Amino acid sequence: MMLVWLILIPFLGGLLAWRGETWSDSAPRWTALASMLLVLLVCLGLWWVGDYRPLVADEAAAPRWAMEWRLAWIPRFGIEFHLALDGLSLVLVALTGLLGVLAVLCSWREIDHGVGFFHLNLLWILAGVIGVFLAIDLFLFFLFWEVMLVPMFFLIALWGHSGPAGRTRIRAATKFFLYTQASGLLMLVAILGLVFAHHASGGVYSFDYAVLRETPLSDTTAMWLMLGFFIAFAVKLPVVPLHGWLPDAHAQAPTAGSVLLAGILLKTSAYGLLRFALPLFPEASQALAPVAMGLGLLGIFYGALLACGQQDIKRLIAYTSISHMGFVLVGVYAGTELALQGVVMLLVAHALSSAGLFLLSGQLFERLHTRDMREMGGLWDRLPVIPAFTLCFVVASLGMPGTANFVGEFMILFGSFPAVPWIVAIATVGMLLAAIYSLLLMQRVHFGRAREEGRLAGPDRRETAMMLGLLLLVLWLGLYPQPLLDTSADTVADIERLFGETDTGRDDSSRAQAPVEGR
Amino acid sequence: MSWLLPLTFLLPLGGMLALVLWRGDPGRRLCVAIGVGSAGGAALVTAFIVTQFLATPEPHTVTLWTWIAVGNFRPTIGLALDGLSLTLLGVITGVGFLIHLFAAWYMHDEPGVRRFYAYLNLFVASMVLLVLGDNLLLLFLGWEGVGLCSYLLIGHYHQVEANGRAAFKAFIVTRTGDVFLAIGLFLLFHQLGTLNIALALERVPALWAEGDPMVELAALLLLAGALGKSAQLPLHTWLADAMAGPTPVSALIHAATMVTAGVYLIARMHEVFLLAPGVLYLTGVIGALTLLSAGCAALAQTDIKRVLAYSTMSQIGYMFLALGVGAFEAAVVHLMTHAFFKALLFLSAGAVIVGCHHEQDMRRLGGLWRRLPLAYAGFIAGGAALVALPLVSAGFYSKDEILWRALVSGQVELLAAGLLGTFLTSLYTLRLIVHTFHGEPRSENARQARPGHGWAHAVPLILLVLLSTFFGAWVEPPLAGVFPEPDEGSSLGHTLLEVGAISIVLSGLALGGWLLWRRGNWLEGPSAQGPGAALWRLWYHDWGSDALYDRLLVQPYRQLVGWLRDDAIDSLVTGVARLAWWSHLGLARTQTGQLRLYLVILSLGVVLILLVLAVGV
Repeated sequence: MMLVWLILIPFLGGLLAWRGETWSDSAPRWTALASMLLVLLVCLGLWWVGDYRPLVADEAAAPRWAMEWRLAWIPRFGIEFHLALDGLSLVLVALTGLLGVLAVLCSWREIDHGVGFFHLNLLWILAGVIGVFLAIDLFLFFLFWEVMLVPMFFLIALWGHSGPAGRTRIRAATKFFLYTQASGLLMLVAILGLVFAHHASGGVYSFDYAVLRETPLSDTTAMWLMLGFFIAFAVKLPVVPLHGWLPDAHAQAPTAGSVLLAGILLKTSAYGLLRFALPLFPEASQALAPVAMGLGLLGIFYGALLACGQQDIKRLIAYTSISHMGFVLVGVYAGTELALQGVVMLLVAHALSSAGLFLLSGQLFERLHTRDMREMGGLWDRLPVIPAFTLCFVVASLGMPGTANFVGEFMILFGSFPAVPWIVAIATVGMLLAAIYSLLLMQRVHFGRAREEGRLAGPDRRETAMMLGLLLLVLWLGLYPQPLLDTSADTVADIERLFGETDTGRDDSSRAQAPVEGR
Repeated sequence: MSWLLPLTFLLPLGGMLALVLWRGDPGRRLCVAIGVGSAGGAALVTAFIVTQFLATPEPHTVTLWTWIAVGNFRPTIGLALDGLSLTLLGVITGVGFLIHLFAAWYMHDEPGVRRFYAYLNLFVASMVLLVLGDNLLLLFLGWEGVGLCSYLLIGHYHQVEANGRAAFKAFIVTRTGDVFLAIGLFLLFHQLGTLNIALALERVPALWAEGDPMVELAALLLLAGALGKSAQLPLHTWLADAMAGPTPVSALIHAATMVTAGVYLIARMHEVFLLAPGVLYLTGVIGALTLLSAGCAALAQTDIKRVLAYSTMSQIGYMFLALGVGAFEAAVVHLMTHAFFKALLFLSAGAVIVGCHHEQDMRRLGGLWRRLPLAYAGFIAGGAALVALPLVSAGFYSKDEILWRALVSGQVELLAAGLLGTFLTSLYTLRLIVHTFHGEPRSENARQARPGHGWAHAVPLILLVLLSTFFGAWVEPPLAGVFPEPDEGSSLGHTLLEVGAISIVLSGLALGGWLLWRRGNWLEGPSAQGPGAALWRLWYHDWGSDALYDRLLVQPYRQLVGWLRDDAIDSLVTGVARLAWWSHLGLARTQTGQLRLYLVILSLGVVLILLVLAVGV
């Protein structure tokens, strides 16, 4: 029942916040804050009482859940309201709760019209995302997948900022909606195809994850169905030729929208790959792996090169997300335990660091009323504290050791190296490009000669608390990531077992001390 | 007493945190006190550790916690102390403390002291982790940490755009090396199954035979990382520009400690390099080439700090040469003495620069020896050590050992480069001192030079002067048992080599003295016109390496970024949408509401269909 509450709290909180507007402008804010804090607390409670450590030598085929809740919904088609929680979903739900709190806090002063409806949308996005992380009935998963989109569309379209050169917020919202809607359609087709394939073999309809995992599929069917899932997730991750929605949506969205997009919505697709694409179709995924990793490489470089060329600070950060997600894609399809743990780590790290950067650019926008970096420069002398925070998050985003991003990135690279040394060697060059775009941001915005005189207001207590909290998390996970790694270890071991055993040439014995000649 | 070891990095780290987190303005005096105090504390702790280690020279490790544990990937936050890391630790905290102290004088009337000391303390903490880390990932943490601090401190005067560019360049060029180092770590972990340095080095000889392509590759990747940090060819271009930072920073980071991290890395991993003779030889060749090219570049510079920067590259070239001939101990000893005398030279240069109202162009200095006696003494002692003046200077003993090892190893070409290098060194050092301190003052700033005062100015200089003379040669690093014992060679050969080297140094000094004193401004003629001028310009621009990289790498990269700026792939996708919009516009135009047009189109369509059918049948 606790799992249902995780979804219901933000859902009901949203309704309450919407109605609360009639009392005062601050009522929706406090309601939203309280509900997200509650979600976060519930997650921490679940983490505290639950046991997510991997059980050694357990080769059970069925996924193991720490918690499960099911209710018949449309029995005719075998559709259930089926939620379940394991270490991976717990980590991501907790992350959603945290970034939800930040999203509410950073809108405190920025949003001054339609406050109630804004928070309704905000909380419903979060409810949808939490649903995505918890649903293990594929129909329900698809439902939540779509639920995230509509409120996000409104968030960008109604409270977004319009940029120059025809980059209006409406256009950005429409683009976002079309891309994700089309990809969702592909996923629906793939889900239905899988269900029908299962029906053809067993004679029963079921949308249940554990049941569908056992579906025998021919190689071609598996490949087509997997591609349906992969493309749907690839749009959202985003993988490079399908990334067009991301820079516009990130740049034109209000700060809270950017934080949620970069911090959470991108993660749903990585989660989808880990939870569905790999375990449901291990052989087909294995066959796709070289292509997927190639696309990951393309993303790393394409995103980084474009980030270097941006003038708009939020577009720059948006493109860095593409680059970082390229590492995620490489790690997912390398499929070793170390790489997959690194993926989980990088998901969390990127959520924290990109949220920090978007929050900071929101704070800059509130003070300077521009996002154009050509109009900034020399802010170190005019603005207290915020430049120092920016430095910290920029340094995290370039993967400085001691930050969570380093741990994630390097675990992916260390873990993937035995499988694909050349791809890892090329991906490592991305480290250099990350340094270039990160320092360019610092150089253009905060260093150099000040364009104008006059000091700007430093961060107030709310802003300082947000940044400090995020920074402490980034450093904590950078220096002692073990609590998080232990939580997700069981899920990752399960994925690695399914994905890894399809591949005969890459079992653990090859990791033992043999030269890698001839690869 | 295992809790002492972590204090060496925790104290500076704590100093940094105190400076950063202090609410409100702590004031200049408190900032200096925290910054210098924490560095001093680290030096004091190190002194304790040294006395302990000398009493019982037992290498030991202190593991604080396990950093990451997934499968057999288990790097720790653990510190390992042995003779090599202790030597480096002593240099970092000892020389580091003196420089912190001197900086209190140097920065006495400049803003941003809090930021300055916070970065400086963070640097010391990272550098300590670099040398004490018991596994390669922690070493990499320190490695990147010092790079970051170097970036921040080079750009300390960030209001000037050029400084920002210099800092950026330094970070990017060194990170190019770091990319290779990272790949090297991936390879080593994959092959050896551990990142723990001691364990890895134990497994190396069992896994690889000498000359195995895999070990050569691993050594090559490590070497590339070392080249970036230590400013050796071809990743050397950043160091001269890095002089944009405050002079104490140049002394600490870009002379005494960080730039020698590459030497430390290779010495630390020497088992790997010994199995890779090809790469080891390459190390020596790169060192030799760098020491010659940087020596020539130093001859033509006009900025005091840039002369010193090129001389640093050249001296690190000697260390690489020593590593290349397998004389690891000689390299580390030279690292230590170089830290003493180059820190001294930079601090003295700092005294000159502040004394002359931030004038650092030698063409506008001169005649300062009377006005700035302490700085002059520093330059004399440091310069003597730099040129390896026989018997009295510390540099003589360490450099002599390197040349001797090169001879014993039989690599005559490296020896020849080293000897030629000593000649260049004496020339540029003499030129630096004569132009700065002798002759007539050539500007108002030089005429009105004010000597520094106060013990923060004097104590570091005096101590470093002592360490740069033969007293420094008495400091014997506890390196017994760390490196394989070198061949002894014949003592007659050693004596002959010493005589040869001394005569080269003296002849260099004599030639320099003759040119600079007896012939006055004679040199200005050939270096201002004709082929001499071209050579001079080439040397002044360090053989044109900046221009080359600009043409080869920076411009193409910028062009690529420019082409991609508008996201070509996205434009393709939105192109589809635009196509739909245009076809909508085109088709909408046919919707005129005129019946006759519709009829014409209708009948044309009918005719077309009939035609197609007729042809098709």
